[in-house]
Amino acid sequence: MKETKTVKAYVYKGFERFWHWMQSFLILFLALTGFEIHSSYSLMGFETAVDLHNKAAWAFIVLIVFAIFWHFTTGEWKQYLPTTQNLKAQAEFYIFGIFRNAPHPTKKTVISKLNPLQRLVYLGLKILIIPVMVVSGLFYMFYRYPQAGTIQSANIEKLETVALLHTLGAFLLIAFVIVHLYLITTGHTITSNLKAMITGWEELEADTDAEKENKKNEKEENNESK
Amino acid sequence: MGNIKTIITFALAVILPLLIITIALREDKTENQVLLNLQMEFPVKHQSGTDHGSMEILQQDFDNPHEITAACLSCHTERGKEVMQSAHWNWEREAYIPGRGVTYLGKKNLINNFCTGIFSNEASCNRCHIGYGWKDKTFDFANQFNIDCLVCHDNTGTYEKARGQAGYPVMGEEGPDFKPILASVGRPKSENCGSCHFHGGGGNNVKHGDLEMALLTAGRDVDVHMGVDGMNMDCVDCHSATNHKMKGRYYGTSSENTQRAECTDCHTAMPHTNNKLNEHTIKVACQTCHIPVYAKVNSTKMSWDWSTATRLRDGKPYVDLDSLGNELYTSIKGSFGWHRMVTPEYTWFNGTADHHLLTDKVDVNDLPLKINKLNGSYDDHDSKIYPMKVHRGRQPYDTELHNLIQAKLWDKEANMGALWLDLNWERALIEGMEYAGLPYSGKYDFIQTEMLLPVNHMVSPANEALSCIDCHTREGGRLQYLTDFYMPGRDYNATLDTFGKYLIILSIIGVMVHGAIRFVAARKNA
Repeated sequence: MKETKTVKAYVYKGFERFWHWMQSFLILFLALTGFEIHSSYSLMGFETAVDLHNKAAWAFIVLIVFAIFWHFTTGEWKQYLPTTQNLKAQAEFYIFGIFRNAPHPTKKTVISKLNPLQRLVYLGLKILIIPVMVVSGLFYMFYRYPQAGTIQSANIEKLETVALLHTLGAFLLIAFVIVHLYLITTGHTITSNLKAMITGWEELEADTDAEKENKKNEKEENNESK
Repeated sequence: MGNIKTIITFALAVILPLLIITIALREDKTENQVLLNLQMEFPVKHQSGTDHGSMEILQQDFDNPHEITAACLSCHTERGKEVMQSAHWNWEREAYIPGRGVTYLGKKNLINNFCTGIFSNEASCNRCHIGYGWKDKTFDFANQFNIDCLVCHDNTGTYEKARGQAGYPVMGEEGPDFKPILASVGRPKSENCGSCHFHGGGGNNVKHGDLEMALLTAGRDVDVHMGVDGMNMDCVDCHSATNHKMKGRYYGTSSENTQRAECTDCHTAMPHTNNKLNEHTIKVACQTCHIPVYAKVNSTKMSWDWSTATRLRDGKPYVDLDSLGNELYTSIKGSFGWHRMVTPEYTWFNGTADHHLLTDKVDVNDLPLKINKLNGSYDDHDSKIYPMKVHRGRQPYDTELHNLIQAKLWDKEANMGALWLDLNWERALIEGMEYAGLPYSGKYDFIQTEMLLPVNHMVSPANEALSCIDCHTREGGRLQYLTDFYMPGRDYNATLDTFGKYLIILSIIGVMVHGAIRFVAARKNA
């Protein structure tokens, strides 16, 4: 492997990191309470689990609203635009190249932090899995059939469809978390991705554009810390 | 520009977590105002507006009870007509039942799986009719002087109808002292209602399981409303009456969803401070959670097998008792099962019911035969889950004509065909059906039957109500047999759960294998 010149870059902004860690905490907490409601185990008691699950759900929804706002106002949503360029190469890297110490086929830069596989998977999370969980979760929460008195409800005949969709989403999210946790270790070094998500800074391959972007960000970082 | 960014960052980093924490910790601490209002309202006890003891007309020595009724009606001139329109008087109600049309059903003509029915047994059964003299089909329901005012309105607790006298009290020297009784008359006390309703089926707590003598003396732990150490309420506080028509129904005989006494009459439809519980009231009746057990003091009869009746021991009829004094076997009635502290069974119920009539055909392929059918299902918007006492019986039916049979059980003397005196099924069945005016082939057998008795009383204090996991649990929950809907915590899709389990396992194995190969490869390359 040839030596590549690296440069420190501010990749993950303050809110982005806050959003990421809050989201990860909430997803794990929702899974913990959710699978107790599913009667997979008994930990804190059904009643407490339901109560906390519902509260965490609202917190998650608030977080999502802020995150959507952030993605659109900063233009970061463009990071998730899917691309087929390098898609095959990236898949081949995870299946073969990674064992031969081959270089990452996609160059990580501040304006394109995600490789084509990440783009696809994260986009799927954002526009499919999370919305399915939120919508089915809200139906679950407001499922009271039939309407009676002043109790507000969403009139769905059967809870079963809603509940099974919500369960399916939960399984997919758990599987995602497992794989995601593992893939953290496949960065430049084993811990570089984790460090980046904690501090925001990461060693990126040197690139004139990146250096320019980097300088601009350094200035912003200084402003923020003031 | 920089300042605005700082403010936004501060807002996101500090205010957002605070917001989330605030939402998470927000608790409803509101007092239950409905309950507080009721607690102020109900201790105010009813006071009579009249001193009946000073009324001249009530000072006579009455020879027969009809004269007493006449005396009552001389002032309460219209009450007789009211009473004669009540179900307490007619023992039947006009009701529309889909498939049957307009029906007139009640204790007068329905069959049950306790003592089975009143036909040919009136003089004994109808001791509990609010009239005098209903000993056979000739009773005059249009004569208001046949009304027994005292059985409900005596406030001394000394008035009593005699056994086997078709509703008459004992008169004369042996009978009760009517002067104090007439001086006391007033609003019915629980004792008055209980003199019949606690003894349905032939003894204390036999029939209902949640209605018995102990309610008069027990504490809040047995019945939170009637508890002597609590609100000490009377039956009529809830079962109020307008023009002698009482609120409340018993679905062994009723068919329609009207005139019911509901918890919500006082407690409102939103009785909890916790909204999750209020939401449950759309599908779950109050009684389901708030009556976790019934027959809390004395045992109630859970099964009655008539087929073993008429056995003799040493040539004589006999009785076997259990350790609590309950009859396990009597030669005249057969075998019984008794239970105390009974967990109810649960069913959907929308307030309408149908009944198996003596003229209905028995479907021997659909047993146990349902003596009363309570309508309801998850899909029916008016249905809620209600707790039930299920009384299981074995009673005679006609194996040729395929209908249930009414036996003659009682008579004043032997050799008149009454089972309880002659211990002869053949004759008792012939006599019973002849009296009922129904055909009988002469061939009989015993068939399993089931009666559903909604449990409405013996409401427990709030802290003893069911909790979530009594139902929301995988196995053995209270609603384990009510499977026509999806319930969180109980239900799941086996395929989906298997898929999910393998997805997670394969993910873990996948990353471990991948990691292991990376580890080995890295050492080789190094």
